[in-house]
Amino acid sequence: MKFKQVLLHGLWKDLPPFRLVLGLCPALAITSSAEKGLGMGLAATFVLIFSNTFISALRKSIPDKVRIASYIVIIATLVVLVEMSMKAFFFPLSQQLGIYIPLIVVNCIILGRAEAFASRNPVFLSMTDGLSVGIGFTISLTLVGSIREILGAGTWFGMSLFGASFEPFGFMVEAPGAFLCLGLLLGLMNAYSRKRGEMFIQS
Amino acid sequence: MDLLFLAISAIFVNNILLAQYLGNCPFCGVSKKLDTSIGMGVAVIFVVTLASIFTWAAYRYILIPYDMGFMQTLVFILIIAALVQFVEIFLKKQSKTLYNALGIYLPLITTNCAVMGIALLNIKHEFDFINMVVFAFSSAAGFALAIVLFAGLRERLVISPVPQALRGTAIALVTAGIMSLAFLGFRGMVQ
Repeated sequence: MKFKQVLLHGLWKDLPPFRLVLGLCPALAITSSAEKGLGMGLAATFVLIFSNTFISALRKSIPDKVRIASYIVIIATLVVLVEMSMKAFFFPLSQQLGIYIPLIVVNCIILGRAEAFASRNPVFLSMTDGLSVGIGFTISLTLVGSIREILGAGTWFGMSLFGASFEPFGFMVEAPGAFLCLGLLLGLMNAYSRKRGEMFIQS
Repeated sequence: MDLLFLAISAIFVNNILLAQYLGNCPFCGVSKKLDTSIGMGVAVIFVVTLASIFTWAAYRYILIPYDMGFMQTLVFILIIAALVQFVEIFLKKQSKTLYNALGIYLPLITTNCAVMGIALLNIKHEFDFINMVVFAFSSAAGFALAIVLFAGLRERLVISPVPQALRGTAIALVTAGIMSLAFLGFRGMVQ
């Protein structure tokens, strides 16, 4: 029962970056296309699963006082791995994501899950938590990326959708479009939750 | 003259928050009141400038000579975390007033993407020392400017009749979008 709860909570109840308002920077910065959103989501998921696993496995031997520093070292090591393998196997994507790949280190979702979940739960559950939150994050980023790419450039994953006569809504791929799109999506989610009578997470 | 252009472009045109999207977590988290946002802004200016100097020096004089550029991420985050801790201890001992004003923001800054982001941008732009310090300081000043302006807007938002579903973070993000649109206007100023 608990397993199922942990597996599903990242997909709606704690869906980042909407419900857990963490990790906004990548959600705003690299969602100008669906492909970038998906790539960033998968990279963050990889780091989340392994950081949660390692931190949970070491939770009894990490002294409480230096725990944040220890978490950061674990996370940073994983991010360096991701950075190097992306450069080796997905070079064009890694060029597009640029400094936002090393910035996964300071993505608050990862440290947040380490502190809130992995530091006090067994290994397998923590891994599941990482998977769940990671998939939720990937879906959100791909969704925001899709909306912005379709409206702002008239393409989806690089495929042209509306033909040559379409005038792209260029505002959406610029910085203001990112904030607006995320804010309105959050508003829609809140409206839907209210209708279903769920509790508000934010006031 | 070039330095002035660099500073203006870092503060207004490429504002770290509204055009590069770095440091958005504290932007939404600590911008509810004007005085806390001022504290956060000052703390960020202080830490960013110091952290940039240290990371730049470590990259230039340790990582590059020993051909270890790939360790950049790991080394930078460790320097930033250690530096923040050190500044906190130092302030606690030396200046009680400054510590009381900035103390609570310092731990938050370790995971502020703006600090790490500016450190990485310094390397990416291949700045020399003077340019790097000017760029880091003005980017952080841009952060402070944006967060203080935004806090002012949010104080007004509390008493405005916002639609139920948009209350809280949602309307904050939409407001940030409109502010970012205003900052987009500075683009004509410097290339």
